[in-house]
Amino acid sequence: MSVLVYTEHAEGKFKKSSFEVVSYGAAIAQQLGTNLVAISIGNVSSDELNKLANYGASKILSVSEDAYKSFVNQAYGAVIAQAAQKENANVVVLSASFSGKGLAPRVAVKLNAAYVDGAVSLPDTTNGFMVRKGAFSGKAFADVSISSENKVIALMPNSYKVVENPQNANIESFTPTTGSNDFATMVKEIVRASDKISLPDAELVVSAGRGMKGPENWGMIEELAQLLGAATACSKPVSDAHWRPHSEHVGQTGIAVSPNLYIAIGISGAIQHLAGVSSSKVIVVINKDPEAPFFKAADYGIVGDAFDVVPQLISAIKEFKAVNA
Amino acid sequence: MKILVCISNVPDTTTKINFTDDHKSFVSNGVTYIINPYDEIALTRALEISEANAGSTVTVIHVGDAAAEPTIRKALAIGASDAVRINANARDAFFVASQIANYAKEQGFDLILTGRESIDYNGAQVGSMIAELLNIPSISIVKSLTLDGTTATLEREIEGGKEVISCPLPLVASASEGMAEPRIAGMRGIMSARTKTLAVIEPSDVPTLQAITQYDKPAPRSQVKLVNADDVKGLVNLLNQEAKVI
Repeated sequence: MSVLVYTEHAEGKFKKSSFEVVSYGAAIAQQLGTNLVAISIGNVSSDELNKLANYGASKILSVSEDAYKSFVNQAYGAVIAQAAQKENANVVVLSASFSGKGLAPRVAVKLNAAYVDGAVSLPDTTNGFMVRKGAFSGKAFADVSISSENKVIALMPNSYKVVENPQNANIESFTPTTGSNDFATMVKEIVRASDKISLPDAELVVSAGRGMKGPENWGMIEELAQLLGAATACSKPVSDAHWRPHSEHVGQTGIAVSPNLYIAIGISGAIQHLAGVSSSKVIVVINKDPEAPFFKAADYGIVGDAFDVVPQLISAIKEFKAVNA
Repeated sequence: MKILVCISNVPDTTTKINFTDDHKSFVSNGVTYIINPYDEIALTRALEISEANAGSTVTVIHVGDAAAEPTIRKALAIGASDAVRINANARDAFFVASQIANYAKEQGFDLILTGRESIDYNGAQVGSMIAELLNIPSISIVKSLTLDGTTATLEREIEGGKEVISCPLPLVASASEGMAEPRIAGMRGIMSARTKTLAVIEPSDVPTLQAITQYDKPAPRSQVKLVNADDVKGLVNLLNQEAKVI
């Protein structure tokens, strides 16, 4: 028996969410009294692969043939399922990243496994196997009790802390068997905004709403985000009006985030928006309306006009950074 | 083009979620149900593709009991050609995906669309599972889908950007915001929906692998700490010293 984690990378570098799944997988392996195996697919250097051992992987499988260079969920699903069989793993953990969400269900079907998407904490294995996940788009949690022998879990980014747990791990090259049918999709182009922090993984988020009055006023939001090293986000009316792209829409029908700090500027706090931010550790609300419902869901608040408060906040943070640099 | 759109029947986005006292079930009394918003995006894109390709059909499929029929009729009113309801309690995503794959395997659909996830159970898995069961490609969280003959070009969301993918039909795609702007059903659509076919099919046997045993709501936050608008430095201090987030 073992636990297998799939560690996603972007251009050969593991993402923070990959170290989260390794840490999470290591904790499950410990609960079950077994070992953790990590699998990486694509071109990743051995130095980078060795980083997985720092967080608890005692064996690292690397699939580095050129055929697997770009992400094709059908082929990657076959590779991960074969690795699980080879390693006798009955728990497989992936990140509930954009790619992970498309990949994990295919792995689950191949392994006849129950699948839980968006796990937020370690499984309870005292009596069976139960995993807590988000439900009703952030308005609730559901405990899923798994009865199948094989289990696939996709871990919500930012919900499990990276824990150092160094192991002596071997890197083993793994050659899976796939057919041409597994490679029907072809990645033609990857477009990444290099200067932007990715919203679903972000530890800090600066989000703004209709209170900003128009897209031309987003300069201060971007400046504040850049200063903090935060991702930018927005409310639904803002993306519906095309002031900002849909990829920034946080809420029930957009992206659910769980950052350490969520700063909401000029967002009233409709129930659909609150659903998407309920897992944030600390929420700061800046709104000129003291009756805005968001204040009831916030940890800190300032009642004031964004156009006065945000520039002051920018200078206060600059000053703070200068002192604490 | 023969298109299948999978729709889920979910509580309206403004719903306050409540559970029974034993935390075991969702209280649906007084809740308004709608087509899952992402499924509505998928349906709209299906209709756009159908209109651009003469002779196309758009079938909607739902796995659930008769209570969902108003939602299915709404999909017909928006413009779907016909509908299928698999008459079963949708107990988990694998069950739903298996029923839809069983129905679809003999039908020769060119394109199967779902929403990226339902806004109630947030499983985000039915589409990929259908594709795996049918052994065809799937692309998740798609914000743009265009067809050129029997090849699709799709833009998929990735962290901090997008991936452009080319894929031959048939395929399964799960729709995200941006793929289409949802349509509102007109009076003519509502009238014609009444006479469109809504076939009811009995489910096939599928093993149960999991069950939800308890629901909880997030713990309420403690009282907000208000900082005066002329003391922004005070807020920065609190975030650093008390909350320890910067």
